[in-house]
Amino acid sequence: KGIYDEALSSFFRNVDTRSGGDGPDIYRGKICSLKARALLIDMEEGVVNEILQGPLRDVFDSKQLITDVSGSGNNWAVGHKLYGYQYREDIVEKLRKTAEHCDCLQCFFVIHSMGGGTGSGLGTFVLNLLEDEFPEVYRFVTSVYPSGQDDVITSPYNSVLAMKELNEHADCVLPIENESLFDIVNKIHQMINSGKLGSTVKPNSMVTSGTGSAKTVQEKPFDAMNNIVANLLLKVVTSARFEGSLNMDLNEISMNLVPFPRLHYLVSSLTPLYTLADVNVPSRRLDQMFSDAFSRDHQLIQADPKHSLYLACALLVRGNVQVSDLRRNIERLKPSLHFVSWNQEGWKTGLCSVPPVGHSHSLLALANNTCVKPTFIELRDRFMKLYKKKAHLHHYLHIDGMEQSCFSEAISSLSDLIEEYNELDATKGGPRTDPSRLKIAI
Amino acid sequence: MSIVTVQLGQCGNQIGHEVFNVICGDVHGTHGLCSKKENGSYHDACKERFFSEEESEVPVARAVLVDMEPKVISQTLSIAARSGYWKYDDRSHFCQKQGSGNNWANGYSVHGPRHKEVIMDLVQKEAEKCDRLSGFFTIMSMAGGTGSGLGAFVTQCLRDAFPTSFILNHVIWPYGTGEVIVQNYNSVLTLSHLYQSSDALLVHENDVIHKICAQLMNIKQISFRDVNQVIAHQLGSVFQPTYTAEGGLHYSRNPLGDLMETLVPHPEFKMLGLRNIPQMPENSLAYSTFSWPGLIKHLRQMLIANAKMEEGIDWQVRPPRLGSSIPSSQSTNKPLHFNTSVANLVILRGKDTHSIDLGSFRDPSLYTSWLNPQDAFNAWKTPRAFNKYEKSASLVSNSQFLAYIHQYTKFGIEEEDFLDSFTALEQVISSYSIL
Repeated sequence: KGIYDEALSSFFRNVDTRSGGDGPDIYRGKICSLKARALLIDMEEGVVNEILQGPLRDVFDSKQLITDVSGSGNNWAVGHKLYGYQYREDIVEKLRKTAEHCDCLQCFFVIHSMGGGTGSGLGTFVLNLLEDEFPEVYRFVTSVYPSGQDDVITSPYNSVLAMKELNEHADCVLPIENESLFDIVNKIHQMINSGKLGSTVKPNSMVTSGTGSAKTVQEKPFDAMNNIVANLLLKVVTSARFEGSLNMDLNEISMNLVPFPRLHYLVSSLTPLYTLADVNVPSRRLDQMFSDAFSRDHQLIQADPKHSLYLACALLVRGNVQVSDLRRNIERLKPSLHFVSWNQEGWKTGLCSVPPVGHSHSLLALANNTCVKPTFIELRDRFMKLYKKKAHLHHYLHIDGMEQSCFSEAISSLSDLIEEYNELDATKGGPRTDPSRLKIAI
Repeated sequence: MSIVTVQLGQCGNQIGHEVFNVICGDVHGTHGLCSKKENGSYHDACKERFFSEEESEVPVARAVLVDMEPKVISQTLSIAARSGYWKYDDRSHFCQKQGSGNNWANGYSVHGPRHKEVIMDLVQKEAEKCDRLSGFFTIMSMAGGTGSGLGAFVTQCLRDAFPTSFILNHVIWPYGTGEVIVQNYNSVLTLSHLYQSSDALLVHENDVIHKICAQLMNIKQISFRDVNQVIAHQLGSVFQPTYTAEGGLHYSRNPLGDLMETLVPHPEFKMLGLRNIPQMPENSLAYSTFSWPGLIKHLRQMLIANAKMEEGIDWQVRPPRLGSSIPSSQSTNKPLHFNTSVANLVILRGKDTHSIDLGSFRDPSLYTSWLNPQDAFNAWKTPRAFNKYEKSASLVSNSQFLAYIHQYTKFGIEEEDFLDSFTALEQVISSYSIL
């Protein structure tokens, strides 16, 4: 059994279960029993039950679960209004308990999808709760956006209704699209199966692998894709867990990447996707890692940041990478990127000396970039297609507390957001206007 | 007299650690190149300045470590202790868990007042350990949230609690293409506040030191550790003991006071820059020899042409000829690239320092016309060589060219008058603190 240290304590409690049941927390020393600092909420039981029967069953206990039986029927209103109202007390109670176990609570990670009913509806309800009950704690939301070929017909409604909540109550959102995850998974498979001579991929180095897990054959179709998101979240909190010469904490991410409160959607990319087992890493590879971070096919949403406008960009590097490598690459890539005129040097950097498992170094890029706009525009278009016909609306409107105005406000909020991105895009490539200098009497 | 070092934030703590390393390494080194007696006095003076003698086998640094998150401090403490040559006092540190989020206001208005008592308590304890306190040396970066914001607050507290002690702030200017996006906000706010409470600000720019690492030290993959070690070497070359008077009998007793007296004749001008030559990789030291005239000549031209290292100096720049100049500090006769000084201090360490001719530094054309060059220039010396360099010269100057001022232009602030324009920012800050 290992040692319970700061790195682990950011995500887990160490509980003394020797005398059976739930003992007090152990703050230092050997690991006794790790419990995740988490709440699992689902309005149907299938997924949660599977987790509780799987290898992680000891990490979650019943006090951290909130479940129901029938699900939300892919209906945001059911999740948000119906179940929200019903489970409010329970959720607050459990949140308080979990927060009490923390020495210093820095941030909440809300992980959900936008297209369904529970994640989208109840999820955004919880987001509101977090703001009410813990106003000073950062709310980082990881949202899986529905793809065009989504099989849930009402996903545009659910997503737009949820977007309004994200606009108003999240500090930072990391949007994810399944299509992108899928493409990355395929890319890796191709690499493995291409049979290139002398190149074998290290199994636990893939961004799709659950590190530490022995199996290389994925049992369920979404496992590989989900592992990418898991890896993303791990990288975001790296500085909270490990040392480095230039730490980059979560609150710094929000501070530096969000110049205006509503424009808090960050496009993320992870590199490298895998490591070749028998190749030493010369400097050229290192630079390749930086280039890849900005390429279209490494982004976790369908977007191309290179051809859009950056408001800010963060680079968090792990492993044997020094500040000179970082600087060299920023200088190299800068000319091909467009930054807003008032933030031409908008780079936030972090260096962590501990590399992730299976790699000698890795890079996480978080960009506040107008390339999220197309995702939102598409969402709005799909919403309008349904809304114009009032298709499926009645399922929502007959829920207590739900009115037509909820819809119009939501689409309005989304349109405003898109408009803000439009205004920024309009400044792209324009002349840099320096503000006039303050005149001082000498 | 002793100096208490206050290390603030990740940068402050990382650099502070390297500074004590350099000082300790220098003192224990065998390259003093002087008599045993000389070496002994040097050793004693240094010890009194930077370390306290307590019931421990190794000297204990006179320092207070402050950070809003725990990782850097715990690393710093343990690495120092492991060196076996010196260590920090285990109790002289304060940290929290959350960090400041690169937010100056968080450091200044939230963490500052909240933790003032505890921090000042630690400082008081260190101050009491000193027989006589010369003053405080604070190390911080301007880009982040703790060093910059909390640092500004702590400096103010130091000024209030120790009105007769000197305060020298060492500030690190971040890389131009950022480390932190809001660094311009943080830097502007920090400087305006420090200017009010501090006696002098000694500035180091990451970009400049990075170039030194690349071009002079030949380091291929430059890390922050490399940058910090160069900075530490430069600081050590200023703070290690020297004789301040020609034919002085003992090492200067009041390092900070002397520094202020020579370099800050007017409270409006507090910004100090530092240049040190020669700088080279350790393994090249054995193969190099330098002559004092050569070093002095280079150092002077580095000042005039505003070069920060001994390579790539523009030798074309010359001071204007006197007699035709208008008696005002903004003389329009001076060529554009010329760097006018308010005061200069040259520190020479090593062999044959007694025979050096420093007349070129007394040239009145180097200085603003409202100063007498006799007062504006000083030289301190010691025959004791520093940090394995047989000869080493440092120039601390209070001069015109502040290369980073362009960073302010985003906020519409004039070069010479940036002091006054912070008022507008101040009002914004107070309204936020009330929230």
